[in-house]
Amino acid sequence: MSTTAEAVDADVRDEPLRIGDRTFRSRLIVGTGKYRDNEQMVQAIRASGAEMVTVAVRRVDLDASKQESILHWLDPEEFFVLPNTAGCYTAEEAVRYARLGRASGLTDWVKLEVIGDPKTLLPDTAGLLEATRTLVDEGFTVLPYTNDDLVTALRLQEAGAAAVMPLGSPIGSGLGLLNPVNVRILKERLDVPLIVDAGVGTASDACITMEQGADGILMNTALAEAQRPEVMAGAMRLAVEAGRRAYLAGRMPRREWAVPSSPLEGMLS
Amino acid sequence: MTARRSDPKETSDPMEILVNGEPRMARTGQTVSELLAELSLDARLVVVELNREILRRGELSRVRLEPGDQVELVNFVGGG
Repeated sequence: MSTTAEAVDADVRDEPLRIGDRTFRSRLIVGTGKYRDNEQMVQAIRASGAEMVTVAVRRVDLDASKQESILHWLDPEEFFVLPNTAGCYTAEEAVRYARLGRASGLTDWVKLEVIGDPKTLLPDTAGLLEATRTLVDEGFTVLPYTNDDLVTALRLQEAGAAAVMPLGSPIGSGLGLLNPVNVRILKERLDVPLIVDAGVGTASDACITMEQGADGILMNTALAEAQRPEVMAGAMRLAVEAGRRAYLAGRMPRREWAVPSSPLEGMLS
Repeated sequence: MTARRSDPKETSDPMEILVNGEPRMARTGQTVSELLAELSLDARLVVVELNREILRRGELSRVRLEPGDQVELVNFVGGG
């Protein structure tokens, strides 16, 4: 009996990504920042296949109030909008931004960021934990952006985070996944989904990240700063799928020395 | 909202308020809805915080502004 590639594709037996009370077919989550314009942004998001997209909460630009809201471009029927607390440096500030995002009436989910250092944008994990507890108490579904430290991740999970989102490398750096071992450790120990947030620069970074067992990836700059964002977005969609499948397939063991792939028997004398 | 706003009186007296950190002249007792209309903002796409308290959409046409009020008008923008 022969099995077609299509039949194998159809029999990958993956589960959809479940976060909180929602289910996502795509394991790729994308940001909406830094695109040339909204048209390019939407084109890239569609090409990425992402269903969840992040947005930031900012003051209305009163000098340009006639400009279209980003929500004109992100139909809530098509995309699940996830407000972030980017730019917040204290738990109090992040909670304030999260509440403003919820007051939009769109969602009670939040991508929680509490930044601790402006040069690296690394998280303030003490503030992050505090804000997570407050927002979980207030009924938010909290997705905290954190570092790849296991103990912090466990504390966030205990605090009620719906997912834990460690960085692959600093935000906007494009350095890729700097510590794959930590992602594997986190995956092993966490019950909530593990979404690697930040650091991916190109498709191979996404693939390698998913191969470690990450349940999903959140990225922005890798798409927005590509020469052709929509083409990179398609590459990322494929890379996330490829990495996921490789993870599910179970990779071969690593060896120090070669093992021949062809038989040693039957050689000519 | 606070009790002081439950019995507002509207006058044409000018007053200064802060909107997104910038001083702005408004009419004493003007509603938040009126302010949004003046600024050509769609209330469905803006979240209003008045003196650090978030206003529900249904409150916007009832809550009247007072001198020195600090109004923050926020919306969603592109971000990661």
